[in-house]
Amino acid sequence: MRSFSTKAAAALLAFSLLAAACGGDDAAGDPTAASNGGDAQETDDNPDVGGDGVSADRADLLGAGATFITPVMLEWIRDNEPGIAVNYQSIGSGGGIAQFLEETVDFGSTERYLTDEEVADAREIRGCDAIHIPDAFGGVVPAYNNPALDAALQAAGQDSLVLTGEVIADIFMTNVSQWDDPSIAALNPGVDLPGGDIIPVHRSDGSGTTYIFVRYLADVSQEWNDTIGYGSEVDWPAGTIGGNGNEGVAAEVQQQPGAMGYLSIAYAIENDITMASVINADGNAVYPTVASVSEGPSSIIDTIPDDFRYDILGVGGDGFPIVGTHWVLAWECGYDDDVASSLQDFLRWVVTEGDDLAVDLLYSPVTGSFEARVLGQIDRINAAE
Amino acid sequence: MVSSRTPDPSPTTLRAGGDPDGEGRRRAWSRRADPIFRGVLIVAASSVLLVLAAMILRTTWEAWPVFAKEGLIGFVTGEQWSVGTSRSEVTGTYGAWPFIYGTLKISFLAILFAVPLAIGIALFTNEIAPAWLRRPLTYTVDTLAMVPSIVYALVGMYFFRIYVWAPIGRVIADSPLGALTFFSGPVLLSSYWSAANILAIMILPIITAICRDVFAQIPQDEVNAAYAMGATRWEVMRRVIVPHSFSGIVGGTMLGLGRALGETLAVAVLIGSSQRWAPRLFFGGDAMPAVIANTFADAHPEAIWALLAIGVTLFVFTMIVNVAARIIVVRVSGRLGGGAIV
Repeated sequence: MRSFSTKAAAALLAFSLLAAACGGDDAAGDPTAASNGGDAQETDDNPDVGGDGVSADRADLLGAGATFITPVMLEWIRDNEPGIAVNYQSIGSGGGIAQFLEETVDFGSTERYLTDEEVADAREIRGCDAIHIPDAFGGVVPAYNNPALDAALQAAGQDSLVLTGEVIADIFMTNVSQWDDPSIAALNPGVDLPGGDIIPVHRSDGSGTTYIFVRYLADVSQEWNDTIGYGSEVDWPAGTIGGNGNEGVAAEVQQQPGAMGYLSIAYAIENDITMASVINADGNAVYPTVASVSEGPSSIIDTIPDDFRYDILGVGGDGFPIVGTHWVLAWECGYDDDVASSLQDFLRWVVTEGDDLAVDLLYSPVTGSFEARVLGQIDRINAAE
Repeated sequence: MVSSRTPDPSPTTLRAGGDPDGEGRRRAWSRRADPIFRGVLIVAASSVLLVLAAMILRTTWEAWPVFAKEGLIGFVTGEQWSVGTSRSEVTGTYGAWPFIYGTLKISFLAILFAVPLAIGIALFTNEIAPAWLRRPLTYTVDTLAMVPSIVYALVGMYFFRIYVWAPIGRVIADSPLGALTFFSGPVLLSSYWSAANILAIMILPIITAICRDVFAQIPQDEVNAAYAMGATRWEVMRRVIVPHSFSGIVGGTMLGLGRALGETLAVAVLIGSSQRWAPRLFFGGDAMPAVIANTFADAHPEAIWALLAIGVTLFVFTMIVNVAARIIVVRVSGRLGGGAIV
């Protein structure tokens, strides 16, 4: 029953998204489009509308998880060439992992890899591994609000404020509390830094974006690692403020003079919030762009373990150093054959053909040698008996 | 809300008040209907208790591992909130004091701002406003009560805190008062101050409505007698109307406080969400309902138990407020008389 109505919903969703796109609107990542599709499933009694030619060995997929991936996931679902109907519930990484382990969805979606305990539980639940399949990367950027500083940078002929991971850690630990602190001045010689309080802004909800950001800070700052550590939710120092979701942090940064927050790169670019360059492991100051975010994962491909549970740390070259992965979680066994082949077809298409859609929406796609290894992961779906 | 002093009609009077000389069949039906109706009412009344009991037991049961690890006192007084990632045991540190402190602080401040204003509005509507203005004024205040939380949250976030509260806060912080820790800067947009202000606006309608009702209950004879003895309007309001209505005002305040304690969305957006506390007004802290709403979606299982433990704590605080209100009302109305709030 579920698959019947989800097919109708997905077909309608695709149809409505297409109609919206034709109308000249940018329907990408519009959450109302998804709910329209959901509403439509109640009223529509013809599952074949949209004519996506679903054959007998195809099944509809149900997935749930990270909100981070939702805009591009909706595009992938709309445009995927195998024509797989997918219903994606954007409920957050924690919810995605929980539903995946409860086996109420076909695939989970998360911005953090499973903990050792979750991996062990997964093995107990289905008697085989949960597979981690990277499908996109996202940069997390330091973003700030200080018009006087921007004017000073322009006067000095510098494109962007330059920071190191240590200084960012000091700012969020409130050790560095003034915009003209010597440690910032040393990184931006020749810039006449204005004074004023720095107000650090963080996520108030548990979040993969937080995880990526603090994982990086814990890697580059011993003091951060010792006092705060990392996780999708950490114990922030006094004097910082929180905002709910990327939109909450963005609003806080835009409205609070002197604020510095961290945002998913797409959010910062779309809202035209000033970003800072960060010095990477090779000592290069790198400004966050879709391309520079993509560099990071490629540079560490050789260090990634076989189970694909990894953090992207120590990025050098031209790579922007604060990068995280989005994973799809799937089982190594226990699927019906049609579900398994549909899931594999969909994911293969996403990893190989979905790149342009991802770039359009400011996600960094999986490419090159990384892509080859990810395809190997996809082959493992349902491969174990 | 305001009860008259007439005793409830007892079931026996109801039955006796039936129609003894009516048609036989109708009476037979009534005889059957009566116990059925009684049963329906009993089920309806007890369902409230059952739902309440289920909620308390269930949440306490789920939260128990956290209470067991931190201890009841440790949970309430602990100042560190560091969540763990386990699915089966409690590995983090869960001290809810920053959230308890935040909730109590902003609720108390909101009451402090809202009650005098509410009494003022109620007195103006009842005593001073010209007759043509009373209706519209009443409707306006009641409309405030119908605005959803999210609208308050957004208006607070994009307008009030930027153009009203933070500027006022900066004036206070820059004044000599700013030398006190409590009023010291920097003035953040998201702070206890902003949250207390939005709460004050949100609880204003209910307190105003109750004050208006209570003031209207003052026997006109007493008011007239005061005027006859030469009292001015101000004296009548201060010496007759307000003291007479004290218990009603307390009751209204407690209802407002109940809403303030539990308000989630507007507070979550405006309080600052920093999981720390400081005895400062312009500091970004957090409150019990807000931290639950903010962190629930992405929490690991053990963090969810801890959030449920906060829920239980919040429940206990609400109960304490209710009981305290009841006690104050009973004590004071015994001494002063006047419109009682049930």
